[in-house]
Amino acid sequence: MSKHRDLGLTDHEYELIVSGLGREPNDVELAMLSLMWSEHCAYKHSKKLLGRLPTDGPHVLVGPGENAGAVDVGNGQAVAFKVESHNHPSAVEPFQGAATGVGGILRDVFAVGARPIAVLDSLRFGEVAESERSRYLLEHAVAGIGHYGNSIGVPTVGGEIYFESSYEQNCLVNAMCVGLAPHARLTSSAAVGLGNVLILLGALTGRDGIGGASVLASAELSGADESKRPTVQIGDPFAEKKVMECCLELLDSELLASLQDLGAAGLTSAASEMASKGEVGLDIDVASVPLREPDMEPFEIMVSESQERMLCVVEPEKVAAVLEVCERWEVLATPIGQVTDTGQFRILKHGEQVGELPVPLLVDECPLYDLAPEPPTAPSFAAPPAVVAPDADARSQLLALLGSANLASRRAVFEQYDPIVQSRTVRRPEQADAAVLALPGAGSGFGHGTSGIAISIDGNGRRVAVDPRAGAAEAVYECAANLACVGAEPLGLTNCLNFGNPEKPHVAWQLEQAVQGLADACEQLGVPVIGGNVSLYNESPDGPILPTPVVGMVGAVEDVHHVGRLGFGSAGDAIALVGEFEPRRDGSELAKLSGEAPVGTLPVRDVAATRKAHESVRAGIRSGALCSAHDIAEGGIAVALAEAAIAGGIGASVSLPVDPFGEDLGSGFIVSGPERAVLGLAGARLLGHVGGNELVIDGLLSVSVDQLASAHSAGLGIN
Amino acid sequence: MKFGVLRFPGTCDEIDALQAAQRVGDARLLWHADPDLHGVDAVIVPGGFSYGDYLRAGAIARFAPVMASVLEFAHAGGLVLGICNGFQVLCEAGLLPGALLPNTNLKFTFRQVNLDVVDPDTPFTRAAGKTLSIPAKHATGRYHADGPVDVVLRYAPGENFNGSEDDIAGVRNAAGNVFGLMPHPEHAVDPLTGSTDGLAIFQSMAEHV
Repeated sequence: MSKHRDLGLTDHEYELIVSGLGREPNDVELAMLSLMWSEHCAYKHSKKLLGRLPTDGPHVLVGPGENAGAVDVGNGQAVAFKVESHNHPSAVEPFQGAATGVGGILRDVFAVGARPIAVLDSLRFGEVAESERSRYLLEHAVAGIGHYGNSIGVPTVGGEIYFESSYEQNCLVNAMCVGLAPHARLTSSAAVGLGNVLILLGALTGRDGIGGASVLASAELSGADESKRPTVQIGDPFAEKKVMECCLELLDSELLASLQDLGAAGLTSAASEMASKGEVGLDIDVASVPLREPDMEPFEIMVSESQERMLCVVEPEKVAAVLEVCERWEVLATPIGQVTDTGQFRILKHGEQVGELPVPLLVDECPLYDLAPEPPTAPSFAAPPAVVAPDADARSQLLALLGSANLASRRAVFEQYDPIVQSRTVRRPEQADAAVLALPGAGSGFGHGTSGIAISIDGNGRRVAVDPRAGAAEAVYECAANLACVGAEPLGLTNCLNFGNPEKPHVAWQLEQAVQGLADACEQLGVPVIGGNVSLYNESPDGPILPTPVVGMVGAVEDVHHVGRLGFGSAGDAIALVGEFEPRRDGSELAKLSGEAPVGTLPVRDVAATRKAHESVRAGIRSGALCSAHDIAEGGIAVALAEAAIAGGIGASVSLPVDPFGEDLGSGFIVSGPERAVLGLAGARLLGHVGGNELVIDGLLSVSVDQLASAHSAGLGIN
Repeated sequence: MKFGVLRFPGTCDEIDALQAAQRVGDARLLWHADPDLHGVDAVIVPGGFSYGDYLRAGAIARFAPVMASVLEFAHAGGLVLGICNGFQVLCEAGLLPGALLPNTNLKFTFRQVNLDVVDPDTPFTRAAGKTLSIPAKHATGRYHADGPVDVVLRYAPGENFNGSEDDIAGVRNAAGNVFGLMPHPEHAVDPLTGSTDGLAIFQSMAEHV
């Protein structure tokens, strides 16, 4: 009997199932269990570690465990958000993989009752300059993200992209969605109410997605050619737009008892999690599920990952009203089962039982594994080829950095996204370090109040490879620094942990150290983690990807009329460095261009000084004292100055007290404004002044802003 | 003055258009399946992806029950403004000449564009200056017409990213009461979220009625 092994279960896990069930599971039950006990659904290698992350905070309304977490943003409004990966589907079919990644995270957010108001993306590919495959993946993933987000009317307001050879076979596509809800509309997915009806909303159920994220690709269960069908789901943003508007109206009309989206493992995962949270049982009759292909087996119906579907629990007397709203939105709605008090998840076909599993066995009893972390004794990642000569002067180093794929202008990408639909976008891509959205005012139906939110997403695998603990912490600090630049204070964060195979000791060590680094930084900054996602086994025959924790952070903006810009403003303005900025070259972009492997030591952070610097910049923006603020990120202070000059279309003349190309992420800022205001800022060190049409760094280099801009705009190599 | 803003399945920019119109008058949404225009003084066909744009941009929306009433309203001289997908719908419905083809770069493209107002004497442009800075965002915005058309807006030199013939960004019908444009004036009505030049289009309409 090796069927369970083909489905990804170990012999030990299968024994646990048999003893928990008191019998052998049948094929339907085994298919469901194998998915619910997969890494993807059970987090069996990461759950113990995730307990280290702080999840409480004064603004937290919904923590981890629901489809998306939520924080309070005042005026009776809540902001829900989450980031999730869609890496493997995107590596197979980048357009649909990325598109359905966006579709999935949108559903997570409107499942909790929030209207999606922003999407951001964090993408990783191989070296785009050398790899045609990476260029193909980039162009199609970007087109897919745009296709879904643009068509559904949710603005894509920010993101980040890095290129490293370790992502060549296994690209990363992480999508984050942010939604807005009145507190009263926040909804749980817990199934409640004996006799309440389960209604499936949205698309027909087909064979797509079976064996996609799951392990059913070699299914003996069907034993036929059906299992060779394409396993990547196909997105239909128009269908999801209707489902989204329909669900929000159903919630506004208080017609739903609970709501859940169908994602990985389809109906199995959605329904069993609803039952588990509500501590109830559920009966589902697969014969009532509307199918795209008529001859589907019960197990296929239960694990199909067809997109644009939602599951809701409705009181019997409200079913007619629900169906009426769905009909108006042209959304298919079908009662498929009911809530029971048995604690069992029963699968029926035309009333005859084809499977029965205790809900706790499905959801809670998958064994959790301890990692066996071991720090590597030799460098884990090879050195890239050198593209900058060791004796290159500072001017050519700066131009090479600006023109490198990792630092070049992202305009060719973000121009394919609609950043302004819904009329909330106060800062679009390229205008500031974080996106800024205005929120509705108190009590008003339309129009903006004064408050807003800022959003940033960040992560740098090469820094994490150098030092997983410090590198992961840097991602949190970097996000917080981005928020400070627009005057925002962090409210909460979500993360996506993209790593290789955790059963390998060195990968386990990276994961364990990185989670600790995230926990450290969250504690130090007082930012709770309200949800997230783990994506493991990101490996190819060439080895694992760089360890890549991605952090998405949302912050509060007091007054959307006082938010920062990154570009220099007026000639004569003073330029200052804020923060205890202690840059090093290890793990930097220049080290990469010089052909160095990601090894060495990251800067040791002075936590109190970093917090003070963030506070100082935030205060300077909020008071209106500063004209611009830009955090010093990859490429170091010289690149930060060049970016501020390019964005402002004006030069600057400075002298630098630190290494121009060293990095210390999340610690230092370049700010500008009237001299008195800038020097009045706590911890500000005068560097020089804005003006002219060149960036002049004393004793080091002088380049025209035009040259900087043309190097910057050409670097990505796509148009 | 009361604006009616159409809402088809897949429309995305209807709330934006509603809010923009509310800055100069009253406004309400009109549901695609309801042929009643509820006594509005002007109709806005907003942007988005009506019916997913899966067949051809705007091709399905023109069959919606509300569109028969919009046709009747337009033929009686009522003001009709089509924005982006709305412009495509009005061309498909025969209220405006020409058609919108895929952008020459074959990509959805977002850009803040400068427009020259070449016909300042229409019910849609009388309150406008000589140039407007307005965002555009579409994949199917390359204007083509077989014969001469009444051009209202052109992309300023160097701004025509979609490849429209003669840099045409907006056209009107011969009677002058129906106007369509690809850029989004409803996204340029508040200094907080960008430019304010789009407001002139709505002001012109309000002043005309």
